[in-house]
Amino acid sequence: MAVLGSSVQRSTPSGSPSSRTSALRRRIVVGVLVLLSLALITTSFRSDALDPVQGAAANAMRPFEIAAERVSRPFRDAWGWASDLVHARSENKRLEKEIEQLRSDSVDAQLALQDYQRLKTLLAYRDSPRFPEDFYGVATRVIAQAPTRFEQRIVIAAGTADGIREDDPVVTAAGLVGQVTKAYRHQSQVALLTDGQTAVSALDVNDQSANGIVRKGEGGSDVLVFDRVTKERTVEEGDVIVTAGSRGRERLPSLYPRGIKIGVVTSVGQNDLDIFKQIQLQPFVSFRSLHSVLVLVPKSRPR
Amino acid sequence: MTADAAKATAVLFAVVLLQVSALWTQIVDVPLVALVCVSLLRGSLFGAVAGFWVGLLIDTATLGTLGFSSLLLTLAGFWAGRYGETTGRDRSHAPFLSIAVVTVLTTVGALVLHYLLGDPAPARVVLVDTLPKEFALNVLLTVPIWALTRRFFPPRELGDRVSEVRLLG
Repeated sequence: MAVLGSSVQRSTPSGSPSSRTSALRRRIVVGVLVLLSLALITTSFRSDALDPVQGAAANAMRPFEIAAERVSRPFRDAWGWASDLVHARSENKRLEKEIEQLRSDSVDAQLALQDYQRLKTLLAYRDSPRFPEDFYGVATRVIAQAPTRFEQRIVIAAGTADGIREDDPVVTAAGLVGQVTKAYRHQSQVALLTDGQTAVSALDVNDQSANGIVRKGEGGSDVLVFDRVTKERTVEEGDVIVTAGSRGRERLPSLYPRGIKIGVVTSVGQNDLDIFKQIQLQPFVSFRSLHSVLVLVPKSRPR
Repeated sequence: MTADAAKATAVLFAVVLLQVSALWTQIVDVPLVALVCVSLLRGSLFGAVAGFWVGLLIDTATLGTLGFSSLLLTLAGFWAGRYGETTGRDRSHAPFLSIAVVTVLTTVGALVLHYLLGDPAPARVVLVDTLPKEFALNVLLTVPIWALTRRFFPPRELGDRVSEVRLLG
């Protein structure tokens, strides 16, 4: 009498010829996909050979990404508005104090600026590229963000067709965002300041001899560190840190023009073992809610 | 099968767009959860191919290293599909367990791959600060996504799943 096997172990290779074929086919397909992935990683990592293909595919996805971003924006804005309300009262008090301070600072700054312009003309001083005079900005939308914590990168909807090249600085009205790391025809990848591979030469506005490197902190948050500042320099909490730019004709000029705001010092420490200060910064830019950015393109670059 | 493949292609494309262009969050991985759910319902082969497709879409949309996400998600889809075909079949905890396992394994896998490629791979940040939140949110997200996935890809009837039997006597 024929009996049907009640528990069919389709995974066991000792089954029927058909199940063996099925298991073999499954392994072959997975093996091929894994090998293909490894080949893609190797090619993509070691050379630019796949860039045209990736650029074309990214261009094909661009309308969908823009549509998704537009559809979701009202919801994101609503969420942002609701979460801002929680801190609105304390934020208002803080801002009122800040406005009072800034009003008095503004008068001093205007006087200093007039002196500076006059002295600069007298000395025929040759300056390095400055922000924003020597750059024009390409305003663009953020269309995608890497979904993992490993990569602090965004994708913007402007590329080489708009004059953007790799290493161009990216800013918002609040301050420095990062730099362009890949540029395709109609979109580019931007590494944020909070990316592990981004570092910026910077200085303290209050003591310009206190210069160092701003990079991502060791913690998981968006806090930055102002590194390589020697102990004899004076840096205090509340100091504003800006990009240092290049001084004179250096062999390796800075990618960032001088004077872009980065953040404010939140803590300063030092110990006997370390030759540098330990300084933490709170960036001015909120990297989690970037909608639009400005890519700085040098005016000297042919358009 | 062709209809399933077309549906999965479209659904996973939409899910990837939702993640990279709409949600903008790094503490919940909607494509991963959707992929695991689809793989549980449609098997290892389907899961592996779907994982490769999702990975390729993510790497293309974010202009990342091509193949990186594909490698991790191919293996994730395959494992989840295999689990669905064997031990996890018809078990109510299967989606939650597989999402939990796959979340941990893909995070560790990504960490190792980044380390091998010479990228910054802060283990403490990823494993201590981020992973617990991502783990919890992914498992929570499993409830709605599993329900939706079952509507899009209804579980096959027993007759569909067992394509042949052996005569024992």
